[in-house]
Amino acid sequence: MESPVLPLAAYQLVAAMLFTVGIVGVLVRRSALIIFMSIALMLNAVNLSFVAFSKAHGQMDGQIFVFFVMSVAAAEVAVGLAILVAIFRNRETASVDEVHLLKG
Amino acid sequence: MGLSLLWLVPLLPLIGAIVNGVGAGRIPRKVVTAIGVGSVGIALVIATVCFADLLGLPETQRRVTQDLFTWISVGDFHAEVRYLLDPLSALMMLVVTGVGFLIHVYSAGYMGHEKAYGRYFAYLNLFMFSMLTLVLADNFLLMFVGWEAVGLCSYLLIGFWYERPAAAEAGKKAFVVNRIGDWGFLLGIFLIFVTFGSVDFGTVFAQAPQRMAVGSAAATAIALLLFLGATGKSAQIPLYVWLPDAMEGPTPVSALIHAATMVTAGVYMIARCHVLYLLAPVAMHVVTIVAIATALLAATIALVQTDIKRVLAYSTVSQLGYMFVGAGVGAYTSGIFHLMTHAFFKALLFLGAGSVIHALSGEQDLSRMGGLKSHLPKTHFTFLIATLAIAGVFPFAGFFSKDEILYQAWLQNGPLLWMAGIVGAFLTAFYMFRLYFLTFHGASRLTDEAKHHLHESPNSMTVPLMILAVLSAIGGFIQVPLLPGGQRLDRFLEPVFADAASLLPVSHAAHAPGAELLLMVISLAVALVGIFVAYRFYVADPMIPKRLAEQLRGAYRTLLHKYWVDEAYDSSIIQPIYRGSVKLWHDFDEAVIDGAVNGVGRLVQGGSGLLRQAQTGYVQVYALILTMGAVVVIGYLALR
Repeated sequence: MESPVLPLAAYQLVAAMLFTVGIVGVLVRRSALIIFMSIALMLNAVNLSFVAFSKAHGQMDGQIFVFFVMSVAAAEVAVGLAILVAIFRNRETASVDEVHLLKG
Repeated sequence: MGLSLLWLVPLLPLIGAIVNGVGAGRIPRKVVTAIGVGSVGIALVIATVCFADLLGLPETQRRVTQDLFTWISVGDFHAEVRYLLDPLSALMMLVVTGVGFLIHVYSAGYMGHEKAYGRYFAYLNLFMFSMLTLVLADNFLLMFVGWEAVGLCSYLLIGFWYERPAAAEAGKKAFVVNRIGDWGFLLGIFLIFVTFGSVDFGTVFAQAPQRMAVGSAAATAIALLLFLGATGKSAQIPLYVWLPDAMEGPTPVSALIHAATMVTAGVYMIARCHVLYLLAPVAMHVVTIVAIATALLAATIALVQTDIKRVLAYSTVSQLGYMFVGAGVGAYTSGIFHLMTHAFFKALLFLGAGSVIHALSGEQDLSRMGGLKSHLPKTHFTFLIATLAIAGVFPFAGFFSKDEILYQAWLQNGPLLWMAGIVGAFLTAFYMFRLYFLTFHGASRLTDEAKHHLHESPNSMTVPLMILAVLSAIGGFIQVPLLPGGQRLDRFLEPVFADAASLLPVSHAAHAPGAELLLMVISLAVALVGIFVAYRFYVADPMIPKRLAEQLRGAYRTLLHKYWVDEAYDSSIIQPIYRGSVKLWHDFDEAVIDGAVNGVGRLVQGGSGLLRQAQTGYVQVYALILTMGAVVVIGYLALR
């Protein structure tokens, strides 16, 4: 039996909600770690949106793009966490407010 | 053959100037003297050869030009560096190199103890080059080059002892005052170029009578503007004020530049441009009036001055006035004749004064001289000849030349001008003999210091004095009036001024021998009376001048302060300009220009201060702005 097909808008709604949660996380949280997680949330919201569109239009492009996004995100997290560790070692904090050395 | 060497005449002094200038302080004195004096000496020899060659040509062909190179060539406009030798420029060349050479020789003695010996001769040679360029130029532009260059040399030599503030000031004053005249001269040249499309003497003078009517506005404007240049260079009212101050320079410089040659450039220029002046009767009247006023004004000031060189300076201004009277009434030959004789006797007077100053270890004040006759016999004798010459005593040179000017003034203008000239002649005789008596006669008023070093000058100084004395004594005989065939200068210069005769109201040929003789006797008598009065005043009864000065206190003070002309210029021109400049400096330079620059700076500073507020350094603020921007863009796209 074929499962009932959810309308495209439903996926978009979820993606939008996830994205919003991600943005708010980036904007309001001080901890760099949480910000990273929020960014990952935003990326995944976009991924969801890609997949949903791909399915709806019957084209594979979107799904392939998701793989790219996931691999780039993995790389980004790896580099980002490495930087974070380095900062933490130097300044004993992971709060972005306290890392503003480049401020003019 | 000689004429083809003409270009060497100015070039040799230029080479001397360069060598002595570049090597100043490194070349030994003897070599400096050899180069400095030698270059002018050779130039004199070549000039003499050129002059002789010119005399050898038939009268109608005595106009030789020599192209050196093209200086400017733009479109239709060409300016050549081309020298012109005709009787007028040849005579000037001979006077300049001749008197110049003697003064160079004299300088070797007079400046012998000078530290900056090489620099002095470099300047002096540069002056010779400039002056020769001025008189030999074949177009207005090259003449202007010489005109400016002699002004520069004059400035350099007046301020030769630049460590003395008075000398530096005097040099500056001469330069600035001359600048005013040069401005007029330059405008005149512009006007000539606009009118004729050329600055060549030949083209301009040939076309002038066709292009411009007699009395036309263009001719008058050109003539007056050129005359403004002449008043600056030749020290006439209103620009004469620099010349007396120029006496701060070394005495041989005063003799060469500020008496014999440079200051006569204006007279030469008017004689050269006589065609333009004859087309502008108004300008000629202006020249005459200014000239006679200058002659009398300077003569009266000279009556009471106490500095030996200043008396001579005012006398120079006055005598230049006479030359301009000659030029103003159209008697160009007479003006040039007086220029020549004046070059002899005034150079001699200055060199004699220099010899006196040298003998007295730098003393220039007449009130501390007197009784020098027996101590400086050669100087005294030559000085006496020059004084007789300038006073206009027969048969010395000044008699003939001054008298001819006065006669021509009567002929062309009328008795009034002649009488003014006679008054000037009386004053001249008086103040010159006052100078002579105060210096050489009477009781000695020397300071002990001066008395101690008192000595006659070396031969290098006295020999030029003697040569000049001979010239001052017999120089007048090249132009003897009345005698048939006596007017050699007239005939010699005739090709140059031939076109003048037709434009003058009274022909020069209309000599009235009886009247001329009478006027001559009168002027001789006046000169003798002047000498006699000076004798009464300063030898027979030395108390008279003091009494007179007390009785006529006002007049005496006016003359002593030179009519307060310097003060008047200062308060009416210099101070307003100075104050105006200060005002502009504060109100315009500081407020507007600096204000604009600083305002831009402050604007950028303030603006960037405001913008800097946005740069918090908090990543999240940037992220927020980014997000909001994205929301706005997307919102716009969605709701469009």
